[in-house]
This record gives sequence, C-alpha cells and structure tokens, in this order.
Amino acid sequence: MSSRCNLRFLIPGLALLLGGVPSVLAVWPQPQQIRNSAERYSLSARAFLFKHADVSAVRSGCDVLDQAFTRYFTLIFPESGGGAHNRYFWTEADPFTVEVNVAEGPCDGYPAEGSIENYKLTVSPGQAVLTSVTVWGALRGLESLSQLVEQDDYGAYYINKTEIEDFPRFQFRGLLLDTSRHYLPLQAILKTLDAMAYSKLNVFHWHIVDDPSFPYQSRKYPDLSKKGAYHPFTHIYTQTDVRRVIEHARLRGIRVLAEFDSPGHTQSWGNGQPSLLTPCYRGDVPSGTYGPVNPILDSTYVFMANLLKEVTSVFPDSYIHLGGDEVDFSCWKSNPDIKAFMKKMGFGSDFTKLESFYMQNIVNISTMLNRSSVVWQDVFDYHEINRPRYVVEVWKWGCYLCEVRRVTKAGLKVILASPWYLDLPGPTHDWARYYNVRPLAFKGTEEQKKLVIGGEVCMWGEYVDATNLSPRLWPRACAAAERLWSDEVQTSSVDQAFPRLTDFRCRLLRRGIQAEPLYVGHCKNEYQGI
Amino acid sequence: MSSRCNLRFLIPGLALLLGGVPSVLAVWPQPQQIRNSAERYSLSARAFLFKHADVSAVRSGCDVLDQAFTRYFTLIFPESGGGGTGGAHNRYFWTEADPFTVEVNVAEGPCDGYPAEGSIENYKLTVSPGQAVLTSVTVWGALRGLESLSQLVEQDDYGAYYINKTEIEDFPRFQFRGLLLDTSRHYLPLQAILKTLDAMAYSKLNVFHWHIVDDPSFPYQSRKYPDLSKKGAYHPFTHIYTQTDVRRVIEHARLRGIRVLAEFDSPGHTQSWGNGQPSLLTPCYRGDVPSGTYGPVNPILDSTYVFMANLLKEVTSVFPDSYIHLGGDEVDFSCWKSNPDIKAFMKKMGFGSDFTKLESFYMQKVTKAGLKIPKDTVLEIWKGLPEEYQKELSRITKAGHRVLLSAPWYINHISYGQDWRNSYTVQPQNFSGTEEQKKLVIGGEVCMWGEYVDATNLSPRLWPRACAAAERLWSDEVQTSSVDQAFPRLTDFRCRLLRRGIQAEPLYVGHCKNEYQGI
Repeated sequence: MSSRCNLRFLIPGLALLLGGVPSVLAVWPQPQQIRNSAERYSLSARAFLFKHADVSAVRSGCDVLDQAFTRYFTLIFPESGGGAHNRYFWTEADPFTVEVNVAEGPCDGYPAEGSIENYKLTVSPGQAVLTSVTVWGALRGLESLSQLVEQDDYGAYYINKTEIEDFPRFQFRGLLLDTSRHYLPLQAILKTLDAMAYSKLNVFHWHIVDDPSFPYQSRKYPDLSKKGAYHPFTHIYTQTDVRRVIEHARLRGIRVLAEFDSPGHTQSWGNGQPSLLTPCYRGDVPSGTYGPVNPILDSTYVFMANLLKEVTSVFPDSYIHLGGDEVDFSCWKSNPDIKAFMKKMGFGSDFTKLESFYMQNIVNISTMLNRSSVVWQDVFDYHEINRPRYVVEVWKWGCYLCEVRRVTKAGLKVILASPWYLDLPGPTHDWARYYNVRPLAFKGTEEQKKLVIGGEVCMWGEYVDATNLSPRLWPRACAAAERLWSDEVQTSSVDQAFPRLTDFRCRLLRRGIQAEPLYVGHCKNEYQGI
Repeated sequence: MSSRCNLRFLIPGLALLLGGVPSVLAVWPQPQQIRNSAERYSLSARAFLFKHADVSAVRSGCDVLDQAFTRYFTLIFPESGGGGTGGAHNRYFWTEADPFTVEVNVAEGPCDGYPAEGSIENYKLTVSPGQAVLTSVTVWGALRGLESLSQLVEQDDYGAYYINKTEIEDFPRFQFRGLLLDTSRHYLPLQAILKTLDAMAYSKLNVFHWHIVDDPSFPYQSRKYPDLSKKGAYHPFTHIYTQTDVRRVIEHARLRGIRVLAEFDSPGHTQSWGNGQPSLLTPCYRGDVPSGTYGPVNPILDSTYVFMANLLKEVTSVFPDSYIHLGGDEVDFSCWKSNPDIKAFMKKMGFGSDFTKLESFYMQKVTKAGLKIPKDTVLEIWKGLPEEYQKELSRITKAGHRVLLSAPWYINHISYGQDWRNSYTVQPQNFSGTEEQKKLVIGGEVCMWGEYVDATNLSPRLWPRACAAAERLWSDEVQTSSVDQAFPRLTDFRCRLLRRGIQAEPLYVGHCKNEYQGI
C-alpha cells in the first residue's frame, strides 16, 4: 500500500526521455503505431484551431466533424468553458492548427458495418495533420489527438511531437446496456456513449426490453410500454428519446444495435399484448401464468413482423439483435396445444426444434426487412442444420473459444461477449482478466479468424442502475476496448497497461466520467460530481 | 427476473390494511416498538410546522434542533424548495390539508455539546390527527426521532403527502454504530465526507471513524507539524484536510448527532509520515547497511514519543470526542528485525526475539503519551470468519475489555448478488460468554477501506449495503431476524435515499418512482 505516486508510463523503445521531464505519451487504446518524441509544443485555447484541409472531401457544414471540433476543443481545454478564454493569458503560445483531411464523404450517413476507421495523425511544430478515409476515422483520430494533450504542473497545455498510424483490430467493439431490469434515464445512456467514444468503442448494443419491463414506446403497439414499463410515463423511452440516442451515437461514430429478445425474456411483453405469450398449464387447466412467446399462432408472427418492421424503421443499423437465449421449455411442455403442434410438426419431444422453428421465422422476417440478424449462441447450438445467415453472439462461460471455433467453422460471424460480463464484480484488479482475453486463440483457419468480427462488454442490469453504472463500467470496459482495438502483441503486458490505464482513468474523471480507481493513488483532478 | 413491481411491505401483526390501499409503514432501521394504523392524515408543506414543546428543556436558539427542523422540512417535502417556514409553495394547492404540528419535547439540555459515549438516543413519537409529539431525553434522541418521523411521510400517486397514525418507542441496541472511511489510500473530497455523514444520519449510524492517514498519504494538515501533509499528502494543497475542513466535518457530524473518531494508526501503516518527519521511521537494513527503505515507527527513540505526544495532543484538541483510535494493526516486524539498534534494544529490554512485546511496549507508551487520562481501551475486532471472531469476542470480553465488531462488515469487498444479506444476519452477541461479557460488546462498524474506493464509487458501494449493518446495530435482533422481510423494506428505503440525493445502488431488479438523476 505504498504506491503513493501516480505512476507515469513510457512505451519502451518508442519514447525518448529528455532530462527528468515526466512524460505521458499514452493513448488509450494503444494505437497500432505511435512514435512520440520529447519535443513538445505549448498550446493555448486562444491560439488553437481545427480546420478542414483544402483537399478534404468533407467541409464545413458536416455536422459530425463540426460538432466534434467543438466537443474536442472543450475536452482539450476543459477550463476554457468552450470559448476562447485562456486562464494563462501571459503564455504567448504559437498558433496551432489541426488540419483534418477526409478522403471520402458523405458525412450525413450512419456508421455501419465495414466503416473504415483508419486514420493517420502527425503532430509537428504549429500543427497537427489528421488524415482518414471517412469521418468516422477522423473521429478516432481526434480522440487520439485529445489524449496527446497534457497539462503541466502550472496548468499550461502542451503536446508532444507525435506520429500515429492507427486502425482497429476488430470492426465490432460493443457495449451492452440493459434498460429492462432497471430503467436507465436517457442522460445515463448519453453519458455512456460519450465514454464509449473516449475508448473507441463503436457499437451500443441496446438490450432495451426483457422480462421485467418494456420501456420502448412503440408507435404501432403503444400498450407494450403503457402496460409493460415500470411506469407508463416516467420509465419509458419515447420515439424522441430513441432518436436522441441514435443521433448522439452517430455523432460519435457509434452504431446502435437494438435487441428485441424473444421468444424467452418476454414476460413484460404479455401485459400489453395479451395473446402473445404461451399460457402455462397445471394439469389440464391453465395455471394463470405465462411462458415464452407462443410459437404456434399466426398472430404471433403478424405481431412480430409489425414490431420488427417498426424497429427497423426506427433503428437505421443494418444489424438487429433477435435474442433467442435461455428459453425455458417447461411452460411449452405443459401446454396441450403446443404438444399437439409438436406432434403435427414431427418434433417429437425436442423443444429445441420448436425454438429453432420460431427463430427461423423471426430471422426470415428480419431478412425480409433487409437486416442482418444477430442471435445469442443458444440459437446456433439448437439449430444444427440449414442455419440461416445470422451473426452469433457467444456469451456462455466455459470454453468460449471452443464455441467460437464451432461457429466460425460453420461459416458464421461471431461476436464474443463471454469474458466481458462486467456486471459481475470479480476479485480486485479484475480489469486484468478483461485485458488478458485472446479472442483469436483457437485452432482454425485464417478464414475462420476473420469471421470473429469483434466483441462486446455486457452490463446486465440485475444489480445495476444509474447509481452504479458508471463506476462499474469505467475503467473496466476500457480494458476490453484496448483488447478489441489494439495489436495483441504490443498490448500483451498487464503491467505495462496498468500505469497507462491509471492515467486514462484520471483523464476520464477530468471529463466528468465517474470512473472508479484501479488501485491506491490519486488524480490531479478528483471526481467532483458528488 | 420477473420481480417487476416495487414490492411494498407490512410488518406482520403490527399493521392494519384497509381495502387495497398500498401502504408502506416502514422505518429503517426498524424501531424497537412501532404501531401503525391505516388511518392517515394528509400533509402539506404550507401547513406543516416544527415547534418546541412549552415544557421542553431546549428552545429556539438550539442550533442542533433549529437546523434539524430546516433539514427535515426539506427532506419531508423535497419539492418545496427548502424554505424553512413552510416554504409557502405547494404544487397541490387544491388540497386543503389541515395544519400539522410536530412538537418536540427534550427533557435535558444542553444542546451545544457533542454527542458522546453514553449519549442517550431514546425517543418516543406519537402521530395523531393534526400533530406529532416527539419526546426524548437529549437532543440526540430528538434527531433520531425526527429521522423516523421523516420516514413515515409518504407520497401518493398524485404526489400528495400523507402520514399514518403511528406510535413509536425506540432506542438503540448498541451505543456505538460506526462507519469507517479511509482518506489515505484515496483522498476523499470534503463533499464526499459530508454527504456520507448525511446518509449515516438517515440510517441512525452515530460514529464516523475517520481513518485519516496511512501508508499512502497523510492528508491531515497538522498545525504543529505542517510538513507531514506538505510532504506526505498526495498533493500539498489540493489533497489535504485543512483545520477548517476538519472543523467542518466535526460540526456537520455534531449537527447530525454523529461522533467523529479520529484514527492515527501507528506504529505500522505510517510510510507517509516519514516524508515530513524524517527520523520517525525505523531504517531497515540489508545485512550491515541501511537499505534506504523504512519500516514502522521507530519505537526505541525518545524523539518518537515526544513527536507522538505532541501530535496526539494536537489531535485531541482538534477532535472533541473522548475516543481516539490508535491503530496498532498489521505491524510488519521484518524491518525491526533487520535493524541492529532495535535488536540491541530488544536485548536490553529482555524481549528475546518476541517483537510483539516491542509493539506492546510502543503502544503502551503512546497511549500514555497521548492521553492525560488513560481511557479503558476498546478493542476492535476486524479479522476472521464468524467462528474466529466469535472466539475472539469471547476471549476479549472474558478479559473484561470492551469490544467493537467490524470483521463481518468490511463492505469495501464486493461480490455478485445480494451480499447485504450477509451483513444483515450477523449476530454480534452470539458467542459463548456471560451476560456481563455480552454487555462489553459496545457495537460495531462498517469499514470502507480505500484501496479500490474513492469518490467515484464510494456512495453506491456504501449504500444501501451499510444500512444492513445499521439495522443490525440499532434494532432488536429477534424482530429483525428475517432477511426476506427486510428485503422489501430495504428496497423501499433505498428509493428514499435516492430521493434524498444519495447515490444508493439497487438491491435487485426493479425501479424507484424517482430514479437517480445526478448523472
């Protein structure tokens, strides 16, 4: 317990140290290539400017970049109040221009599967040049740039001479929030999106509804939230709320992947859509309780088609998450109509076939809506022949890489979540567990490895709401974020990551993110939002 | 995962239910005696008044009560904007509530003192049409009663306030109900400490154990030895507690009936002291030469005891409580063992190679040095599983020492799920011993050590988990033996904490009418 000082870190071999100047030359997550020098340039809010390069395909009027310029100005100079005031007016800093050069428009679209996030950043005297293929890459570069700016003990800002060439290891770097077990106020979601961008996470997986509550306010089926939310007015997400989330995410280069999990995890749906769920039986009579979605009624598929049609019109992403996990068969087993249907279909007593039948129909609906389906691994496990083309999210514990191997062997894409269930508080220093994950350490061909499109951290809501969400997410999710962005060989050492992450968490604090400490120590600016 | 609704709870046998009216008749921690009725009176901020009873020994001008009246007015009517005199604004102006007066009758003054060992916290509260009568022996008891009163007030679905006819007779099971914060491993901004004191009062916890310094940093700004924080704090200006800060903490605590127990832990856990007080720590040796590292306080130098006497003299002048915590835990003997001067001293004193004797020698001298009148030492049990701490309780009380239990309440440790249940089911007096021995258990405390905790995660880690220990230390053990009965009450209480701005985490799936908004 004597680690009194806030350790500072140097990437060995890449950084030059002059004299005894303490120097943090760290960007989180670690860029693929970074070359720092001890040469530093002082910066001043009054003499700092973002501009579009003359040759850039994107100019003023591009809201993604215009708003990012404003945002990063404030993040770089938190004391400037967002304006041009500089506390340290006596320092005559040379002008510094950040020139942003984006090769391809447009900038009014949404970040999507396959969006190129590569960027190059060169910091030299008086200027930084940031080049990227897309605006999304430019956003990643601006984030890195903002992390290069430091403040000395007198509060003066500076940046070191730096060259970065960077791109993500995985294209899908997600974070799941569960807004059903506890309702998360809009502000909590927006703030999480902010922090995601700081760690270059790029998919917000919105597990929006589940057994306990249905907070999504549907246009077509308003009763779902009216009768299924914790409260019909205060604990719902209106269409406007959802649009705000999507827009907030878009401006940060984050995709929003909506999940409407069925046929299990749907208790709350039944309140507003009475005939949707399977009536359970005790002996020959209905017991009054309900089970999963009733897979044998046509009305079920009409409803699901309508709902998903609405959902795909609201959420622009090409992916939709259809759930399909943890279906409890006991209710289906008890219901005589279901049993008759099983017989008719020749399913015998294998209820996984019934679930596959249901999921097949739902995936078909999603395909007709021109969407790629994402499902939890249960669906893959149950459904061994004629699998539709869905993306499988691996979530179960045990040998998760064995499952990744099986899924990729079947030629399907994989998102890995198993090792990143952050709602489970582990032993101390558990961020190292998230850091040490090796998503591709399974036996398989190059083709198979390419099918691992990424991973995501999951923050399930049984014990989490707006009161403890932030400190439980941050900085632990950052560990996964680096694993998903950075080169695995360069970032294989937990001990080298520790001081960098310690430092990054102080930066998060400075940005108002309630990120908990990794260990004994302090930040120059402690959390003040008490 | 289908516990969709915010369950409501009735104490069986004590509550009457009329019709289908949902009714929460719960106070946390559970009073010794409470009798609720379904009869309810509507309340309005415009027609609600605290007053001193004519016969009360304490009148207007008593800051503890005057400020409590203001505070509890806002807690009871959070939407009133905090105006002490009825706030005048009432969203529900169409409800013509009858006037309601809370008459407070305190038998004994004064009210300008500090809560102390042995302060009587008993109170009686009767809520009847148009008035509540609160009687207590001391102002500290009145504070406990006001807290209970504030928890009786509910809001219906339309936002209108009401209170049920109620009678409470209440007193604490243990006189020492503590909470430890560690401001050395991480510095806690003053605001985090003050807010913790607020929440302590809501759970009737009454001792703030301030583990103010330790190995990593020395944030206490000493008048006599300013170098201790100048060179031993994380930062000499931004990460210290000035004398003014300390006074604010003590005053904030006093106004809530909370004692402040300062801990200056030695001879171990003192690495940070060495920066500002160079000769204080023992130089460690590698072979025949000093290794350049330092160990515990050097117990063989006179200068050590002069320093400790001066420091503790200052500390006792700053902290008014009759208790002072002297630490004495986890002393690593390896450095002492390596030092030739220490070895010579051991020989001279005839300690052999038993370094625990050297530690005892030190602790005795410090105890005498620090306190003009040596107090009976209270021992705090912090180690072990139930079997172990039960044995320890038995052993220590048998030797006639008073004892504090914290072993089962190290709530800085977290695990998945409802770990508050473990805190709740602790039985502090369940050890083999006489009645006299059991009485020597003066209470317990929850500890929030700071290795992994700072202002970012302090509140959700403390609340509502510390509330479980708070009920164990205040309430009757038999009446509160069921975790399942406690669950809906605690779920409800945590929503109340949210409403009061305390960042208290959820126990399980569900919701509160007013979710946490401080994002």
